[in-house]
Amino acid sequence: MPSEVVISETDQPVVQCDSVYKIFGDNAIRMLQSANGVVDSKSFHEAGCIVGVNNASFEVNTGELLIIMGLSGSGKSTLLRCISRLTEATAGKIFIEGEDILSMSSKQLIELRRNKMGMVFQSFALLPDKTVLENIAFPLQIKGTGTQESIKRAKDMVDLVGLDGRENYFPRQLSGGQQQRVGIARSLAVEPDIWFLDEPFSALDPLIRKEMQDEFLRLQSVLSKTILFVTHDFDEALRLADRIAIMKDGVIEQLDTPANIVLHPATDYVDKFTKEVPRERILRVESIMDPVDPAEDVSDLRISKDAIIGTVAEAVFSAGKPVTVVDKNQTVVGALHASKVVSVLFGSRAEH
Amino acid sequence: MIDAILQNRKLQFVVLLIVFTLLCVIITPSDTNIFWRLPPLIKGLPLAINDSVEYLMSDWFPIDIYDPEIDDYEQKPLLSQITRSLSSVILFLINLIRELLLGGVKTIVTFTGWDWASENTWARWPALPWTVVASGAVILGYALKGLRLAILAGLAFVYIAVFGQWEPSMETLSFVLIAAPVSVFLGLVLGVWAYKSRVVEMVLNPILNVAQTMPHFSYLVPVTVFFGIGDHAGAIATVIFATPPMVRLTLLGLKKVSAEVIEAGMMNGCTERQLLYRVQIPSARRDMLIGVNQVIMQCLAMTVIASFIGAKGLGHNLLLALNQLRIGQALELGICIVLIAVVLDRMSLAWANKQTDYFADLSFVARHKFSLLFLAVFMAGTILAYVGTFLIKEGPNYLYLIPHNKGITTEQFWQAGVDWVWETFFYVLKGFNEWLIKGVLLPIKNAYLGMPIVATFILTMGIAYILGGVRSSLIVGALLLFIALTEWWDRALITAYLMTVGVVVSTVFGVIAGTLCAQNNLATRFMLTVCDTLQTFPSFIYLIPVIMLFGITDTSVLFAVIVYATIPATRYTIEGLRSVPAQLHEAGSMSGVSWLQRWLTIELPLSLPHMMLGINQTVVFALFMVIIAAMIGTDDLGQLILKSLSDRHGVGNGLTLGLCVAFIGLAVDQVIRTWADERKRLLGID
Ligand SMILES: Nc1ncnc2c1ncn2[C@@H]1O[C@H](COP(=O)(O)OP(=O)(O)O)[C@@H](O)[C@H]1O
Ligand SMILES: [Mg+2]
Repeated sequence: MPSEVVISETDQPVVQCDSVYKIFGDNAIRMLQSANGVVDSKSFHEAGCIVGVNNASFEVNTGELLIIMGLSGSGKSTLLRCISRLTEATAGKIFIEGEDILSMSSKQLIELRRNKMGMVFQSFALLPDKTVLENIAFPLQIKGTGTQESIKRAKDMVDLVGLDGRENYFPRQLSGGQQQRVGIARSLAVEPDIWFLDEPFSALDPLIRKEMQDEFLRLQSVLSKTILFVTHDFDEALRLADRIAIMKDGVIEQLDTPANIVLHPATDYVDKFTKEVPRERILRVESIMDPVDPAEDVSDLRISKDAIIGTVAEAVFSAGKPVTVVDKNQTVVGALHASKVVSVLFGSRAEH
Repeated sequence: MIDAILQNRKLQFVVLLIVFTLLCVIITPSDTNIFWRLPPLIKGLPLAINDSVEYLMSDWFPIDIYDPEIDDYEQKPLLSQITRSLSSVILFLINLIRELLLGGVKTIVTFTGWDWASENTWARWPALPWTVVASGAVILGYALKGLRLAILAGLAFVYIAVFGQWEPSMETLSFVLIAAPVSVFLGLVLGVWAYKSRVVEMVLNPILNVAQTMPHFSYLVPVTVFFGIGDHAGAIATVIFATPPMVRLTLLGLKKVSAEVIEAGMMNGCTERQLLYRVQIPSARRDMLIGVNQVIMQCLAMTVIASFIGAKGLGHNLLLALNQLRIGQALELGICIVLIAVVLDRMSLAWANKQTDYFADLSFVARHKFSLLFLAVFMAGTILAYVGTFLIKEGPNYLYLIPHNKGITTEQFWQAGVDWVWETFFYVLKGFNEWLIKGVLLPIKNAYLGMPIVATFILTMGIAYILGGVRSSLIVGALLLFIALTEWWDRALITAYLMTVGVVVSTVFGVIAGTLCAQNNLATRFMLTVCDTLQTFPSFIYLIPVIMLFGITDTSVLFAVIVYATIPATRYTIEGLRSVPAQLHEAGSMSGVSWLQRWLTIELPLSLPHMMLGINQTVVFALFMVIIAAMIGTDDLGQLILKSLSDRHGVGNGLTLGLCVAFIGLAVDQVIRTWADERKRLLGID
């Protein structure tokens, strides 16, 4: 670990971006310098430059799942590719576990990728001439792991993603969902610390997508990786995210927890984006509960303050009385009234 | 009026035709009229080529070479030293494989010298008994793919042995086993290099274009000048011819590897080398394997042509058989060539697709079962051959090696067949032949020769302009100008005439056959298999049946061209029609159009670009066949190329004539390709 990094090791972010820019075009660097960091994508476009990422600064902490979300062309992939250094950022600093990756030699970068990073691609990007097993063993073999050992590890990964029995299939013999399972297994084979997923489920049918999201959550509950997950599907983001970064034209418009994004949209764009989102799916009980009133007649039902409203609404209604809200330690912290739930379910935003 | 013409392609064609006809009528034939024929300004080109080659080989860059005979250093030109060393390496390799199969003394001589070898007469390398080679092929086939390949290999080798073609076949095999890997390797290296560097790609592209459209014959003389005559020269000529498709397909395959796959490789921590060898090249394998297949086909197609410059083997014998009009023997030889081609192709494919079984935990015997089996077969075969020396007292030892032409033969049968056909259909064939030549071919030929050069240029450049724009038009003009300035314009017109007639007829046949077959899945698969098989045949094979029917005439040439060139026309028609999306068929059927209407209004326009690329191939195939058919006797460029082969100073002529033929092909290619590309873009198909 380089000594100039002052943050102590325990709460050091895994990924840290400081004013990262990526601008495509021949005279990108000169344009950026003369613009003094204030990039307007329209005027840049007229000058023949395309803005991919515009002044992105954020941190991702250990074990956190950050979703990067935005419409197609908003720069999500470009941001991810800057962090994995598949493209060179035009300006800014990027640290992985405190190390400045933009100043790494290609040898260091290769070491980093071999041991710390895994990536899943939208179009699966499997090697067409290799079997499932060989695809999954590939990153290990590249690292120089022996055939025996890498095949054994690959076999474990095959079991992990539920593809046992298909070890010797070629990618073309698998369905899209199965291919992406291979992609996931391959990216996890080296036990990376940071896991990048670029729209991993976008190419799949809705039913399969749901199934894969469940699978992903299951894996994450076992593995607890630090994850950067790109998607253009807000539902997916809400299902999976710890925090969401919403991008537009290369700019990160807002980066926050799902609830905060829905409740306190930072810009008009985010507001528009979140308008249609059913709030009972994001908000937790905590945000609409009332203080405990000892005089009130409450039901025996106890619900957690962290529960998503949508998941407990039915129970609250059938209780017929206000229900008790408790925290992790089963201490009573409030009461939830059905009327509040009704207003979340059917009310307009203005009531909040 | 002018606006209308500029807008409408049909009108443009009408105007073009009117101008063309007027020019043909107005301009009078005369040697001094430059509107009739251009003066041969680059007549001296062949001589200049000769002189520079001469200079390169005998004077350029002399270096000191130690000569043990006179125990001193001697000045020798660098280039001839290089080509000589190259030749001897290749010759050594060919002889090594050849003598492993057939026995001999040359490899031993390479290490010891002739003196030693003639003193020690025991030092002869024995041949592998044919039973061992054939069983080896069976075992290899089984190890690579399974029973079917084993049976195929077994039948092929037994056929070859039983029909008494063992020796020439093994000679050909040894030649191909050197030429093919060298071509594949060179193709890979150049293809990867072109992929890595734009400059290399830009330099290689026109060279490949010319190399792929130059007739095989025209390489031969230059090769003999640089490398002399013999098996090695044949191998080198073959490599020159077989490498370009491999380069092309390697480059194509590498370009097709998706960006994400490459990024996946990078994210897995590949170094640049690992990325190339373990991601890019393996992922491009599909196209590269097509390349390997093409290389093998080219190698076998070249066996006959390479025999002109001293390559031994089946090709040489086939050539002799054709010259003596021994149809039956030519047929048997042709089958040998095809069998070797098919077996090699299937084996290389099976080898490349072989999967590793990682879970098998095998004992030594199980792991080496095929090697052990071969060892057993080897010993059994050797003992059998030894026993044979006692059993068979008279004649050759059939258990060891079946000498050339000492096997069974069906020649009598075929000869009788030919005789019967001749006796029965003599008058019909003769009548047809005469009618075709006098009534059809000769008038067309005269029409071609009667075109003033200005009219020809306006017509071709005009078509190129209408279909492809100014750039196309200028390229076509430049290509034709080269031919016009040589002294062979009239010859080129004859070549063009044979090619045109061949292409037109082939296209009609191919489009009809392709359209019919495309209506039905089974027929489609069947026809594509037939096309695959026919394409395996070396072009010379096609001459056998046509000579059988029409003797040595223009008709034979034409028929060979038609049979050969119909293959790509059929294939591309089927592929084009089958790629029309099914919704469009259904949309057509729903709106109640008849089959013919649907074909004309929906399928044909959509598949036309792809079909045109087929016609492009047809042109190339037809040109090759026209030139090869010079063997039968034509009076076009091919005949001159053939003549240049026996001329000591034929390099310049051979190359220049080859360029002329290539440029005809490239001019057609330019027009069709530009048109097809634009059309595909407009239709939004790829
Ligand atoms: N290699 C490139 N060259 C030029 N422009 C690019 C390149 N890659 C991406 N872009 C542009 O950058 C913008 C962001 O692209 P991307 O990050 O792929 O969007 P997303 O992944 O959010 O759909 C787009 O306008 C895209 O056209
Ligand atoms: Mg993207």
